[in-house]
Amino acid sequence: MLLEKNVGGPPVVLAVEGVRKKIGRKWIIDNVTFDVKEGEIFGFLGPNGAGKTTTIRMLVDLIRPTEGTITVCGYNVNKHPEQALQFVGSIVENPEVYTYLTGWENLQHFARMQPGVDKARIAEVVDIVRLDQRIHDKVSTYSLGMRQRLGIAQALLGRPRLLILDEPTNGLDPKGIKELREFVRKLAGEGMAVFVSSHLLSEIQLLCDRVAIISRGKVLAVGGVNDLVARNSPYVLWELEPHSQAEALLGMHHGISVLPPDEVTLDDAVTAGMGPNSIVTVMEETLIPEVVSLMVGAGVTVRAVHKINPTLEQLFLKLTEGETID
Amino acid sequence: MINLLPLIRNECLKIIKKKRFYVILLILVVLVPMFTYAQMRISERSRDKFNSDWRLEIQQQITDNQNSLSSDRIPEEWKTYRRIFVQQLQYYLDHNVNPNEPSGVTFTREFLDNSVNLFIPLLIMAVASDLVSGERTTGTIKMLLTRPVRRWKVLLSKLVALLMFVSLIVLSVVIISYLISGLVFGYKGFNVPVFTGFQISGDTVDMSTVHAVPQWKYLLMQGGLIWFVSVVVALLAFMVSVLVRSTAASIVVMMAALIAGTILSNMASAWTTAKYLFMVNLGLTGYLAGTPAPIEGMTLTFSMAVLAVWGLISIIISFAVFTKRDILN
Repeated sequence: MLLEKNVGGPPVVLAVEGVRKKIGRKWIIDNVTFDVKEGEIFGFLGPNGAGKTTTIRMLVDLIRPTEGTITVCGYNVNKHPEQALQFVGSIVENPEVYTYLTGWENLQHFARMQPGVDKARIAEVVDIVRLDQRIHDKVSTYSLGMRQRLGIAQALLGRPRLLILDEPTNGLDPKGIKELREFVRKLAGEGMAVFVSSHLLSEIQLLCDRVAIISRGKVLAVGGVNDLVARNSPYVLWELEPHSQAEALLGMHHGISVLPPDEVTLDDAVTAGMGPNSIVTVMEETLIPEVVSLMVGAGVTVRAVHKINPTLEQLFLKLTEGETID
Repeated sequence: MINLLPLIRNECLKIIKKKRFYVILLILVVLVPMFTYAQMRISERSRDKFNSDWRLEIQQQITDNQNSLSSDRIPEEWKTYRRIFVQQLQYYLDHNVNPNEPSGVTFTREFLDNSVNLFIPLLIMAVASDLVSGERTTGTIKMLLTRPVRRWKVLLSKLVALLMFVSLIVLSVVIISYLISGLVFGYKGFNVPVFTGFQISGDTVDMSTVHAVPQWKYLLMQGGLIWFVSVVVALLAFMVSVLVRSTAASIVVMMAALIAGTILSNMASAWTTAKYLFMVNLGLTGYLAGTPAPIEGMTLTFSMAVLAVWGLISIIISFAVFTKRDILN
């Protein structure tokens, strides 16, 4: 497992240390450790059923860990929930609010449950999520996107230092997703730590600074999104003719390794566009022009060259050894 | 930290906005006129039959019951019940007091006697059964428990709100049945004497402790006992709603227990340990009226003690489970 050291830098808002959870006889969560720092957008990535939601529920004291500690701003969440949770705003799974109350009444309801939230603050968060037009309507008349925004308003009420969003893009249209992304960046820019879980790799890659990858209750890797991606050399796909001669030439070239087809850990969406005889190589992209002229010089026809940018998807498949993401 | 008052306000607001209390009032406003009408027909019939002479009517009731005592086809328990009934009627007759003096107050008194076992507990359940399970069904429990408030405070605020609504429901039952039946029977009758204090041993009634109380005082005593029963039923329903995730399941569990109680009351006189079950002890007002208890050995103090123990255990279980449990979904 990859763990980076926290040397100086911004203060840690959320610290999760060696957390394990046993339900029945099964360890649902097996050793989860990571830190989230101030002003950082932290991604929590894993397929469905990997333990993301269980972990999030432990972060907000809905579930007690069997072992390990969770600390928010120095307070143990399970021992001092009253202190720790006042720094946390969260949406666990769907933004579930009272549908028989209006948006405003919902916010008032949650405002009464935390110190220092007055009417002006409620109006402020309504403004932030731009619900002011409909805030006095019953929530049962809201669209999913509006409920999502009300959920975020509710999470922001207490001016949290840590915002936890569980699969926040679920049910949002592309425009809503884009807005959400900008919104989360803005919050992080103001110093809030944001914890976002997702099963969508692209989402995390677009949004987050750092990421923890979880599968089957275990954190497989923690690190900067770019660092993790950089650990993977880029793939270059070649469509060359004649095939065997080209393969031999590539294999002989310094700095290029040809992957046998069964070792290729590429997403199907990428490989679908490949001809049946493509050769998958791992190489630096700076070598491409040199190799192309070499091929041409040797009389090999170059039909296509695809450079595939390294993605978390690749990394994920590598880490989980092919467990499907759905 | 957060104190309890705003939390209780939240819970009351939710009960009101969910329109549960309105539904209860609606049920009362629809059903009480039906009972009033039925009662009106009964008194009309007896008026025709006995020329408005209540003494004749009571005498007839006594004779009817005495005649049935000689029949072999009637089980022994029923005979005991009737012997006691005859002695009480005779007592009213001897003291020249009409036990069924038609008035809004008398109707209310009888209505309370009849509704304490099942009807009022059902109304209580309408509020109590989804107090916690409702939040779990809709998932709002996650929002509620991720605020910086201790879980026991959340649960306590719900409990306090529940007790307030229980009191309100009992009060509404009394007021609505008085107001509606008064339209037909008149609003007088607060000072009519009612006899209480019948000591039943076997099939004889000890009259030495019997005394008359004005009907308003009797109604007050009834109200107190019904409130006590309602609180215990509310605590039990509350516990079930903590234990069970769905509101439907929570209602079914409580309904089954209550209905089992009425069935057991009618047949369990031989099974004496059944008297420790809460559901056969709900008829507290019967002790005031001098109705024989369903099972030998039950007294007002005994029943109240049994109910109190059940209520207390419910509170302990509710809090123990709610504060410890993982909210998995």
